[in-house]
Amino acid sequence: MGDGPPSLWEWFGRNWDTGRADSIRNLLTDHITMSVVPIVLALVVALPLGLACARWRWLYQPTSGLMNVVYALPSLPVFMLMISVTGLSQTTVIVPLAFYGAAVLIPAVVDGLDAVPDHVRQSAVAMGFTPLRRLLAVELPLAAPVVLAGLRVVAVSSISLVSVGALIGQGGLGGLFTRAYQNPFMPPVIVGIALIIALALIADALLVLAQRLLTPWVRARKGTS
Amino acid sequence: MSWVEAFLNWLVQFFGDPANWTGPDGIPTRLLEHLQFSALALVLAALVAVPLGLAIGHTGRGEVLVVVTANLARALPTLGLLVMFVLLLGASSIWPVIIPLVLLAIPPILVNTYEGIRGVDPDLRDAAYGMGLRGGQVLGRVLVPVALPLILLGCRLSAIQVVATTTVAAYTGLGGLGRYVIDGFATQDYASVVGGSVLIVLFALFVQFGFALAQRVTVSPGVSRRLKVR
Repeated sequence: MGDGPPSLWEWFGRNWDTGRADSIRNLLTDHITMSVVPIVLALVVALPLGLACARWRWLYQPTSGLMNVVYALPSLPVFMLMISVTGLSQTTVIVPLAFYGAAVLIPAVVDGLDAVPDHVRQSAVAMGFTPLRRLLAVELPLAAPVVLAGLRVVAVSSISLVSVGALIGQGGLGGLFTRAYQNPFMPPVIVGIALIIALALIADALLVLAQRLLTPWVRARKGTS
Repeated sequence: MSWVEAFLNWLVQFFGDPANWTGPDGIPTRLLEHLQFSALALVLAALVAVPLGLAIGHTGRGEVLVVVTANLARALPTLGLLVMFVLLLGASSIWPVIIPLVLLAIPPILVNTYEGIRGVDPDLRDAAYGMGLRGGQVLGRVLVPVALPLILLGCRLSAIQVVATTTVAAYTGLGGLGRYVIDGFATQDYASVVGGSVLIVLFALFVQFGFALAQRVTVSPGVSRRLKVR
């Protein structure tokens, strides 16, 4: 090929670790931080709120209404409005993503707890479980599959949404898209999309694995029937 | 709270400027553009996804397609897809930007239409066949009305996606309200950034409200259980 434009692999190899802040390796680590932190935050926020909504039903209607509104807000203007509060930092992207995640997870937590059969709950009461122990040892584990299904949606969409942050200079691998647009060049786009999809697949696989480990009875039941 | 004050000042500056209300860069024009691009993408996506979802749900053939598109679409970065299409097709018309908008709008409608048809009570389906309706009639008179809430939910989720992506698409040269945000950010005109962002948020909420209203009007009272069956 000689002096033609570099191939995809060539470009990837040359830009993987340039030592600069925008090397693919650094963008990748930024991307992982900016998607993992909101996923964890969303779960930390959604668990107590979901529990509260499941316990005090009157809370659920207004909470889910508010979360529907949050979910409908387009990410870019929300990032832009956040700038005036948190400046041009990773926080500006992380906080809104955590809210989007919570909007998906709160209904998942409530649905999961609702799916716990009443006879199981009553058995726990009859066995003398305190409400806290009942929650931790019986209700939450049984709600886990529904919560984890929600978490898979949150993980995959957070990982792809981070890239919009590139438009305010904080987008992890999304930075490859703006770079590719500024001096029209295809390899960064392909590498960016491929890495983001790969990250999403890895996160999804890890959560499926977590689900298997956390709910061993699901497979045991399938085995015996 | 100094940022609240700055925020309000930017809003007053943006909405109070008469120049922002006329011409090709005026708020009415940009609002109309945003509406046109979003509606165009949503209608094209629905034209593909609703019949496809109905067919797959009704025949049970091609279910893998639904699962794969549902998962892949969530992982696809919108900005990456937009840049890729513009680099591939050039930016001579709006189509290089509209195509990815449509592609991203298809999966939510497809998945929910399919789920809606699949989720119809089998007894209801059998009763319809028992009354002598043919396949197409069962679909049109029984399955679609019962699945309508989910089909509309799919359209609503797609609309959320499309309004957001149309905003991002301003980066690749599309008009609409995203222009205020992208151009304002590039020229450090924060009044324009904040004003544009508020407009887009209001627009998105307005679209949500419209869908909630459409659902109330079009879904049969028997299906939405607003009508008590004795």
